[in-house]
Amino acid sequence: MIDRKDVEYVAWLARLDLSEEEKERFTRQLDNVLEHAQKIKSLDTSEVEPTPHVLPLKNVMRDDEIKPSLSQEEALSNAPHREGAYFVVPRIL
Amino acid sequence: MEISYNMKAWQLRGMLERREVSALEVLDSVLKRVEETEPTVKAYLTLTRDDARATAEATDLALSRDGAIGRIAGIPMAVKDVLCTRGIKTTCGSLILENYIPVYDATVVNSLRREGLTMVGKANMDEFAMGSSTENSAFGPTRNPWDPDRVPGGSSGGSAAAVAAGEAVWALGSDTGGSIRQPASFCGLVGLKPTYGLISRYGLVAFASSLDQIGPITRDVRDCALLLSLIAGHDPKDSTSLAADIPDYEKACLGDIKGLRVGVPVELMQEGLTPGVKEAMDNCLHLFSELGADVREASLPNLDYALSAYYIIAPAEASSNLARFDGVRYGLRAGDGEDIMEMYGKTRRQGFGAEVKRRIMLGTYALSAGYYEAYYGQAQKVRTLIVEDFRRAFDEFDVLVSPTSPTPAFRLGEKLEDPLAMYLSDVCTIPVNLAGIPAISIPCGLEDGLPIGLQIMGKVLAEAQLLRVATTMEEALDFKATPKLEGEMPL
Repeated sequence: MIDRKDVEYVAWLARLDLSEEEKERFTRQLDNVLEHAQKIKSLDTSEVEPTPHVLPLKNVMRDDEIKPSLSQEEALSNAPHREGAYFVVPRIL
Repeated sequence: MEISYNMKAWQLRGMLERREVSALEVLDSVLKRVEETEPTVKAYLTLTRDDARATAEATDLALSRDGAIGRIAGIPMAVKDVLCTRGIKTTCGSLILENYIPVYDATVVNSLRREGLTMVGKANMDEFAMGSSTENSAFGPTRNPWDPDRVPGGSSGGSAAAVAAGEAVWALGSDTGGSIRQPASFCGLVGLKPTYGLISRYGLVAFASSLDQIGPITRDVRDCALLLSLIAGHDPKDSTSLAADIPDYEKACLGDIKGLRVGVPVELMQEGLTPGVKEAMDNCLHLFSELGADVREASLPNLDYALSAYYIIAPAEASSNLARFDGVRYGLRAGDGEDIMEMYGKTRRQGFGAEVKRRIMLGTYALSAGYYEAYYGQAQKVRTLIVEDFRRAFDEFDVLVSPTSPTPAFRLGEKLEDPLAMYLSDVCTIPVNLAGIPAISIPCGLEDGLPIGLQIMGKVLAEAQLLRVATTMEEALDFKATPKLEGEMPL
């Protein structure tokens, strides 16, 4: 159902480095869980609408007012790497 | 007046008002209990003794003046470490947030602070609330005060264990698939998962946003009602919070259940119930009848598919929510100095534990091109069928009842290497989150000295009714057992 190549591809999509041992273990465990999840495929849902969430809410609007928000110092206070008023990230290109 | 380790919040509140005890005395009795039992139980990730002492002193000062104190002032509480607390570390049980110090309070924390919140500490949990045993905490497991070889349940296991051990009088937890009700059941306590949207999720670190709700874990139903009344209500900071009228939940506890139509879903009575759980359920159904309720079998056939649908929907939402942990704005960063893709990969490899990785993988797979319709799309449609099953059942019944968990607390390590077996422990609680309805768990018996929980489910926004039914059953069941944990019991 799911093989090691799938696991490597999905890990890449999720930006997760996995060890060789994790790749082996997750292949087996995800296969188990997906096997169980097959159960839902047996239901005929051709006439059923999906439920993304249970509330009878659509767009929630409010007035666009200026209200107090975090200071720059607070917003940056948990940054693992900062310089002055900026978050520092590694090379992107 | 003597303070005993298992007093209810409402009793302590009365004693404070009558000046029979001071807030500091109450706090000290709880902190003494923490000293004695915390080395065994390990309910907390962070203790906030100084913060608690300061609020207790402020409460005593107010009592000595005009006596006007907040409604929960001076009553020590544990707060699950998934709720943001300004200036106090909030780890979610994860290495990726090991040093995260929020710059704001969750709305529920803010509401409780206004009522005099006396916080003992931040409670242990399964990493990002993913788990049913609290063994998935990056900082080590919490143990069940009823038997330290057993798990307290999860993911709010630290919150429940703290209350059961006497290390807090009550607690806040969060529930995505049973994470309040199942630990409450395993620890002999009351736990409520409110209607989706009744309580603001602002400042609750997100796991599965369409399922997550915050709720109380307490020693009785009345405490549950009191705490609920202080955290329920609309919050402009959470666009999924409901603008509902909030009744007086404490008053709602009073009444009887004559003529109440009680349904017992057969689908929740079949999978792997232990003999003790079966017996306790039979006893509960018998009591319901004796109290004048009309008990009948109910059928919600699509509940058989709830677990499968949940383990697609919840991981899918989690994989999306946890994308925010990228080593840039907060949290751990690893692999700095390389390119950004390496940094992402290494940060998440080091920061997340096995179960979180598993669910991110599962969710990413279910959302990926080629599989989306077959898994996520189909699971959302099955969710519709489950919602409709409940709607139909509530035409016929006022409440539905089941065991909270098919078994009492299991042993540490028992299910750790078999994710599916662990997931099955939530088979009775998960449908409730999918349908967005409220459910409460109350203790209803023991099996081999371990507590069993009765789950009562109600219609959307039927919390008042649930509390009344739960109070009536609580009186009839008269559950008085307490954990036999090492240490001086009466303080």
